[in-house]
Amino acid sequence: MRKLGLIVNPIAGMGGRVGLKGTDGLEILAKARELGAEPVSPARAVEALQVLKRSNLKFDLITYPSEMGEEAAREAGLKARVIGKIKPRDTTAEDTKRAVKEMRELGVDLILIAGGDGTFSDAIDIVGTGVPLLGIPTGVKMHSAVFANTPQGAGGVAARFLSEGLPLREAEVMDIDEEAYRENRLSAKLKGYARVPYEPLMLQSTKEGSTSYELEDQKAIAREVAELMKEGRIYVLGPGTTTRAVAEEMGIHNSTLLGVDLILSRKLLARDVNEEQILRAIEGKPVVMVLSPIGRQGFILGRGNQQISPNIIRKVGKENVWIIATPHKLELTPILKVDTGDVRLDDEFRGYVRVITGYRQTRIVMVS
Amino acid sequence: MTSYRQARWVGEDGLEPLVFELGKPGRTGYTLPPKLHEQLNLPKHLIREKLELPELSEIEVVRHYTRLSQMNYGIDSGIYPLGSCTMKYNPKICEELASLDTAAHIHPYQSEETIQGALELMYKLERCLAEIAGVDRVCLHPSAGAHGEFTAMLLTRAYHKFRGDGVRTQVIVPDSAHGTNPASAAMAGYEVVTVPSDARGRVDLKALETAASERTAALMLTNPNTLGLFEDKILKIAKIIHDVGGLLFYDGANLNGILGKARPGDMGFDIVHFNLHKTFSTPHGGGGPGAGPVGVKDELEKFLPVPVIEHEEKRKFYYLNYDRPHSIGKVKAFYGNFGVLVKAYTYILLMGASGLREVSEAAVLNANYIMRKLLGTKGYELKFDAGGPCKHEVVFSAEPLKRETGVGARDVSKRLLDYGMHAPTYYFPPIVSEALMIEPTECEPREELDRFVGALKNIAEEARSNPEKLRSAPTATAIGRLDEVKASREPILSWKMYRKHRA
Repeated sequence: MRKLGLIVNPIAGMGGRVGLKGTDGLEILAKARELGAEPVSPARAVEALQVLKRSNLKFDLITYPSEMGEEAAREAGLKARVIGKIKPRDTTAEDTKRAVKEMRELGVDLILIAGGDGTFSDAIDIVGTGVPLLGIPTGVKMHSAVFANTPQGAGGVAARFLSEGLPLREAEVMDIDEEAYRENRLSAKLKGYARVPYEPLMLQSTKEGSTSYELEDQKAIAREVAELMKEGRIYVLGPGTTTRAVAEEMGIHNSTLLGVDLILSRKLLARDVNEEQILRAIEGKPVVMVLSPIGRQGFILGRGNQQISPNIIRKVGKENVWIIATPHKLELTPILKVDTGDVRLDDEFRGYVRVITGYRQTRIVMVS
Repeated sequence: MTSYRQARWVGEDGLEPLVFELGKPGRTGYTLPPKLHEQLNLPKHLIREKLELPELSEIEVVRHYTRLSQMNYGIDSGIYPLGSCTMKYNPKICEELASLDTAAHIHPYQSEETIQGALELMYKLERCLAEIAGVDRVCLHPSAGAHGEFTAMLLTRAYHKFRGDGVRTQVIVPDSAHGTNPASAAMAGYEVVTVPSDARGRVDLKALETAASERTAALMLTNPNTLGLFEDKILKIAKIIHDVGGLLFYDGANLNGILGKARPGDMGFDIVHFNLHKTFSTPHGGGGPGAGPVGVKDELEKFLPVPVIEHEEKRKFYYLNYDRPHSIGKVKAFYGNFGVLVKAYTYILLMGASGLREVSEAAVLNANYIMRKLLGTKGYELKFDAGGPCKHEVVFSAEPLKRETGVGARDVSKRLLDYGMHAPTYYFPPIVSEALMIEPTECEPREELDRFVGALKNIAEEARSNPEKLRSAPTATAIGRLDEVKASREPILSWKMYRKHRA
């Protein structure tokens, strides 16, 4: 029988309604409670679980005690095996990490997590892409691409994953600096990747859950980009799995997934460079920037790739920015976004742009 | 509700055996003259002592295929609302005329003098199609819709090349286009540029302006589009493309929605293709034969495939003209699927001009009837232009049902089979999630439309009360739900492959 893990981060999302933009840190949590914040994630978890309950599927549900899953399962009418120990009303990131670790040891097929960006960041610290994860949306502002659109959607995908199998894709986990965010500065770093089941639009379900379609699409894009590249030009490769595929296509296997790399004449010129290094390298040279949307909101600039500053973008020029994205990715974020921190520069990017979506395939996409 | 139970013939090893597994050595249903091959004077290397063919008596063959047909479903069994496929009834008189000796038993190598009737029929069919689409000349050769599209792309290339305009590398298609459009463009060596639809489900003009450039070879467009909506800005669209020097190709998949009412040629299209097996009611499904004639405006005429049929007024003589230096060459052996052409021509004569107009009126009326009757049913919704009328088809989304119950368009479609109805096209077009694309055609009587809407409403209720029933559907058919992934990954397409697979 297939095993489903369930982890509820009971405090995720609590800051939202009281205007605190997240609940990282005990002090902020205390403040949220003071302001009358109520837990939201347990109720969201119940909504997802009810879909699983209605499906009549047979599976082993494994979860953590009381508000970390046990209660939600009970409320949804599902029997669950409860493991681990927590201090109720006083859960921390360490509890999430322990739960993920223990579930991995029990060999779960999928872990449903009701939480926010921070919860996922903690989870992949432990399991990386080893165990498929799926997010029930609860958090304040979710930037990671691991969440279903609705709690019911998460339940539906989990049900299909357990019954028929679904393909898996690598989805960005973003790490938001909440303190900066509360000061109205958004600092979103690309923390890493989780493996997430997804329901493709067309009939492409698969018994053995693989990332093949997404990978094939990425390869097709990489081939196209490689053919378009010219000698003697510097290519600034933004972070992400799609840009990594471009490097792979040229036989560069040590590119960075989370950072920015520079390529010249099909060779790695420099890896994981910062703003200053990029500026120095491209000074006075012909240069092209290859970017892929990062995260759940489809940002091509300003989330997860903040090394690429407005200054750099101006030097490169909008006409030398190539945007690449798989059809599936565009399905999730049909409208792309920019937030460079420079309002005038953002304006220049708004409107329709060409996005390379495959070998000899482009798509006209809105940037807003 | 009427109920349905499909025949299910079961042998010892499962369903009705394959014809190769039937019969016994020595059985036969024919007699040949003795030593026939000697009389025929066949080359030695073509003569085989043993043929690995099944040996059956006539009654075994007849029963086998009768049973298979009982385990099948077609337009002659019931409604077949497969969107964008125009599965209309095929009048039996068209079949009768196509099986006349003078149609069925002529050979393409016969001399022109002996096939004047056949040439005249094709010539006149061409003229009819040209008039219907508002183009100047038509080529009947392509044998399928996508083949017609591909021919159109070859014509596009020849046109630009002739004008010394060789830098045009891109073909624009809307995101609602049939999958064959980008495939045909790519086959012809073009890069495909996809433009999004706007909130009304039509081509987004701003996006089209971004896409159109001096590199644009053509725009491929269906009108009405795959959402069943008329591209009402078509004249602006044509101007955007023509202004940058590109051509407009009309995909005729949805011609049934405007037949006799509007002509692609008048909308600004330069190349048009027809699906005779859709609009002109020749049989299709299961791989043809079909016919996908291509029509062009005058400036593209010289590039059409050879031969073209000409008529010499003085001699009252029809002949095949191969002397066309600018032609793209041949796209098909001989002159197309002649039998299909006979049926289509019969259909056109049968309906006449006013009848063809009535066809699109009734087709559009039927689709709107279904739309209005189903609108407001909890579980189904329209994603685009919910206030306005549709053309020949309507695309509902079962997304609300899926959100509520976990079962979606695929399950609804499979469950419809249990009601004795063919499913709509589902999961297409991709811009509508959980799409159910319904095209009833003009042929269905109102009671059948009511039954269909009733079934869809019932199924939405079943999704709530018993979702498992939908997930395990169909159960009233000879064969249950197929493993589509396995089928597409490990296709077994011949007896040889089947034997290998079993070994």
